[in-house]
Amino acid sequence: MITPETVAYLARLARIELNETDLARFVPPLQEILAYVAKLNELDTSQVEPTAHVLPLTNVSRSDDPLPSLSNAAALQSAPCTDEGCFLVPPVIE
Amino acid sequence: MPDFAPVIGLEVHVQLNTATKMFCACPNRFGDPPNTNVCPVCLGLPGALPVPNAAAIEAAVKAALYLNCSVSSFSKFDRKNYFYPDLPKAYQISQYDLPIGTRGSLEIEVSGTTRRIGITRIHLEEDAGKLVHAPGASLVDLNRAGTPLLEIVSAPEIFSPEEAYAYLSSLRLLMLYLGISNCNMEEGSLRCDANISLRPAGSSTLGTKVEIKNLNSFKGVQKALAFEIKRQSSLLATGTPIVQETRLYDAATDKTLSMRSKEEAHDYRYFPDPDLVPMTFSPEYLARLRDNLPETPQHRAQRFVSAFGLSQYDATVLTSDPALASYFEDTIAAGASPKLAANWIANNLLSALHQTSTSIGACKIRPPQLAALINLVETGTLSSTSAKTVVFPAVFEKGIDPNAVVAEMGLAQVSDTTQIDQWVVDAIRANPDVLDSLRKGKVKAVAKLVGSVMQMSRGKANAALVSQRIAAILKDMHGIEISG
Ligand SMILES: [Zn+2]
Repeated sequence: MITPETVAYLARLARIELNETDLARFVPPLQEILAYVAKLNELDTSQVEPTAHVLPLTNVSRSDDPLPSLSNAAALQSAPCTDEGCFLVPPVIE
Repeated sequence: MPDFAPVIGLEVHVQLNTATKMFCACPNRFGDPPNTNVCPVCLGLPGALPVPNAAAIEAAVKAALYLNCSVSSFSKFDRKNYFYPDLPKAYQISQYDLPIGTRGSLEIEVSGTTRRIGITRIHLEEDAGKLVHAPGASLVDLNRAGTPLLEIVSAPEIFSPEEAYAYLSSLRLLMLYLGISNCNMEEGSLRCDANISLRPAGSSTLGTKVEIKNLNSFKGVQKALAFEIKRQSSLLATGTPIVQETRLYDAATDKTLSMRSKEEAHDYRYFPDPDLVPMTFSPEYLARLRDNLPETPQHRAQRFVSAFGLSQYDATVLTSDPALASYFEDTIAAGASPKLAANWIANNLLSALHQTSTSIGACKIRPPQLAALINLVETGTLSSTSAKTVVFPAVFEKGIDPNAVVAEMGLAQVSDTTQIDQWVVDAIRANPDVLDSLRKGKVKAVAKLVGSVMQMSRGKANAALVSQRIAAILKDMHGIEISG
């Protein structure tokens, strides 16, 4: 059951800002999505193994051999702010 | 004040020492300039595809088996979603409901009592980057992002700060024996968080749990837990409820402090990572890994006692570091007597390493050289004093052949009886008063003869042999019997 409080909670988890109007506006579409997916509940899945992946593949891995990394300049090229070879972000207070 | 008993659980993160990261081929290396071991995968750039490191998976399975865990035949990676600047993808690849290992255990020893501590789970995940806080901003270095990390969660079965210390030491030693991590707390390759709750002694209901972070050493863990026991006991004694929270340990003041951050309930929304397909482990694969696990430290110590006749204490000291234990075995293989080798390593070598802050791996005196030195003493070529005070320090410093030091410095003992007998006869002739004294029962006068021989030989006569020959010659040529 989606309420404006659920929307507010989801918005906080996703770090997006919604005003009161938005909170109310998102209730019906989210409710509709849930109702659509809830159709699955009509199936009896008690004898079905949970699916971990949609591809019929297992054990895809690589050997432990290093390859060249990006240069520092290339790594930082899309960052809006950098300093001392690092990405610069607003202060994080722990 | 009523008695409260602590219940402690430890969560340990061990960085694996693979050549590359968990999901990309960037070097997994500490100490490089920031953001130089990064690529689209570990930077979390759109469209990059992670591919797991086979060596990291194998190390995790080995660790699970070594810690007596059940390893299920099927395991997978999940996404743990949260926002933090050191986490470029805004999710950490971790494992949720199907970890590599579950229900293991670890043996600890505290003041002579051995106990098994349960291990709830052990799973594989990727490390986050590193944040450096500067005034008005934070700097992000993603070299560490994507480092393979083993999370090992103990059962809440640790009942004292001392047991917590023993658990960590034991776990670290096992990881070192497996060789899968450097376990260096200063470099952060081994990190620990602790959970602690108190309950009235004898009760079986758990109290409110407090999490402690920022634990930078094993001693720090022990001290932080001791502080929490005192803090929580005095609160409970006055009927004040414990707040469920995360606290930071401050080593400088030896206190824990409540974290300032707003306590937001975590909602990580785990789900299987669609970029990564599941792992399966066949019984044959697990059997092969199990059969090739290294001997445990306890077994090795036991073997040192039974095969080499070492004391339990020496065996424990020598097996406290796998490199040291191998050094000992290599010294024996190079021909040294086990007991003498144990003595030399546990005493002279360890204190020299300690004084110079050298690791056993970087030690210049190698097992064959130590064995040669031990044999020089055992055969009487070199006095034990010269070996300890002159030859060992020289070999330790320069890594040269002890035989060369002995030859160069003219330290070889004279153990030739003909030569020693000659000196003894000369000494008696030069000190006629000694015979008179001895006949009067003044046994101590022998010392004068020993001193005289040592002077004639310039200190090189084999002392034990000199005493023996003096006694023999006094008896045979002068009819004087001295005992002792
Ligand atoms: Zn990378």
